[in-house]
Amino acid sequence: MNITQLPYIKDIFAFMGSDLMAAVIGLLIIAVFVPLNVAFLVLVERKVAGHIQLRPGPMEVGPHGILQTLIDAVKLLGKEMVTPGMTDKVLFFLAPILVVVPAFVGWVPISFSPIMQIREMNVGVLLIFSFSSISILSILMAGWSSNNKYSLIGAVRAVAQNVAYEIPLLLSTMSVIIMTNTFRMSEIVNAQSSVWHILYQPVAAIIFIIATTAECNRAPFDLVEAESELVSGFHTEYTGMRFSLFFLAEYTNMVIAASMATVLFLGGWFGPFFPGLIWFVIKVYFLIFVVMWVRWTYPRLRFDQLMNFAWKVLIPIALVNLLITAIVLKVI
Amino acid sequence: MNIKTIDDATVNQRVYQLNLGPQHPSTHGVMHLLVTLDGEVVIKIEPIIGYSHRGHEKMAENRIYEQFLPNPARMDYLSGMIFNHGYCMAVEKLCGIEVPRRAEYIRVITSELNRIASHFIGAMDYAMGLGAITPFLWGWDDREQILDLLEGIAGSRLTYSYGRFGGVRNDIDQAFYNGTRRFIDRLRGRFWDYENLINQNIIFIKRSKGVGVISKEDALTYGVTGPSLRGSGVKYDVRKNEPYSAYPEFNFEIPTREAGDCLARYQVRMAEIEQSLNIIEQALDHLPPGPVRSKVPRFVTPPEGECYLTFESARGAVGFYIVSDGSRIPYRIKVRAPSFSNLFAMTKICPGHFLADVIAIFGSIDVTVPEIDR
Repeated sequence: MNITQLPYIKDIFAFMGSDLMAAVIGLLIIAVFVPLNVAFLVLVERKVAGHIQLRPGPMEVGPHGILQTLIDAVKLLGKEMVTPGMTDKVLFFLAPILVVVPAFVGWVPISFSPIMQIREMNVGVLLIFSFSSISILSILMAGWSSNNKYSLIGAVRAVAQNVAYEIPLLLSTMSVIIMTNTFRMSEIVNAQSSVWHILYQPVAAIIFIIATTAECNRAPFDLVEAESELVSGFHTEYTGMRFSLFFLAEYTNMVIAASMATVLFLGGWFGPFFPGLIWFVIKVYFLIFVVMWVRWTYPRLRFDQLMNFAWKVLIPIALVNLLITAIVLKVI
Repeated sequence: MNIKTIDDATVNQRVYQLNLGPQHPSTHGVMHLLVTLDGEVVIKIEPIIGYSHRGHEKMAENRIYEQFLPNPARMDYLSGMIFNHGYCMAVEKLCGIEVPRRAEYIRVITSELNRIASHFIGAMDYAMGLGAITPFLWGWDDREQILDLLEGIAGSRLTYSYGRFGGVRNDIDQAFYNGTRRFIDRLRGRFWDYENLINQNIIFIKRSKGVGVISKEDALTYGVTGPSLRGSGVKYDVRKNEPYSAYPEFNFEIPTREAGDCLARYQVRMAEIEQSLNIIEQALDHLPPGPVRSKVPRFVTPPEGECYLTFESARGAVGFYIVSDGSRIPYRIKVRAPSFSNLFAMTKICPGHFLADVIAIFGSIDVTVPEIDR
């Protein structure tokens, strides 16, 4: 099922050609939803951080500060975009543009509810992973072109970290894929109508959440930014809207990662009483809250510890988990 | 067009230099560390100091002893009360002024409160250097209570001028007495929270244990004092070894750790907070009655001569060396700043560590930059 089968839109689709229309409407929804969602998440992050740290968080703009991030966005829009001297101008310009592409495209194959999905694809899960790798390219571009040692260290760390953590990420995803025999998002969700995958695959679910946290460069794996060592990491030299595009991509990737975890392990839209979409949103935001909670509780890992954790702990466990899953499925 | 980018400059070199500071989020002020790196591994580290040099020692040569009273607190703004009392003690020693016992007790209480506040910043700022921001703000919250208490009696929140030659400026009031009692109870209840949030945090322990080990020999060679020395297993505290003020009358321990790493220094600081609470409690229990300031001339005129007085600030042993030529203006005041000696132990221990560890070590040694430069 997809968006083309909504009752009123169906007639329009019949008139215009359903695929094109679905793409246009879907992308419009994304284009409106993504920035607003990021504004909301930044506020949530600041409020969660505030309450964990025994302070109220932003309180000035609007009731309880709910308009703070909108005002911040306006401020960033009005700022001058400084390009420092001796940078690689082309790459410096392209990096923030390239970083938002996967953040928008990643929404396309996600099935939010039985009828809310922009486009069903045979390779939906793979598409998100392959696009998420592009964001690493843009981080490398940003760090390299900035002509700043802090940025360069941050970018090099980003590449090494993402190469290391994509392997356990894909391995833990494969454990689910070989159970469901499909890369289609909606079919993976439908396979969980009775029992969620997290009950069959608790280890894979934990590895998936850890690895996506690292993929999104969130604490305790935020070595790419590491403000106490690298000032701001790869986006040290970025100002104004270019900086906020990196910010936007970071938070959107977090939502995509949480959506993926919901689809793969938490039973997608299934749940009692409420309609599917509401359950999906509740699960996604719960996961995001957990990620924020971890960020404001734990210190940052050191770079060698981060690498050791991926190569010596996560990958072996994920491999063994995959092997056991394959054997059990074969026997059954 | 002649463009020289870092990739041109360092493409054929493994080794490169990184300027940590003078403006950097975790250098605690204007501190400049010139780090030579191979990849992310430190080869050499060179602290460059002097960005916040204000010439306090030179200022002392141009004003009378009373006029210099506000300056010591501005050397180490985190333990200003201790410096303020220390300077008063040095001048009293030079002039042979007696201090009433009640004043000595009040000095101990205010100094120890100040020490707790400073240790909270030291320990929690270390956690922030590791990337945990929440402990920092929790510590800030507890420190705020101390600042409020001290503001109530001394009038200022950070750079106190509460000490006077021959005592303190004013007696403590009932509000301060009750507030300090309440603060001690509150803080004892909070240790459990810190234990859960930081001390048992697996990433915190992994980042701290075995990092930046200062051996006992190195610590003594570099003249490291304070919690950093006690973290290396040397049981030296000026309050016990060369007692001054009313400290011999109190029963307290000197916490030490053998490891000498960042975790040991952090643990020593947290243990010292508990010991300071014990001292304050004993002082409040046995607070003697009487005046808080002895009869001292309006302007002191020390005899010709010199004196050296050492006392324990939150960062280590501070020394005030005063030379008097018999006039109302000091001939020379030399301050031995513990942060200076502690900082340069870094140059010995940092090579071989990662860049992230430099921040951790710098935070665990807990220096105040204005105190290094003076």
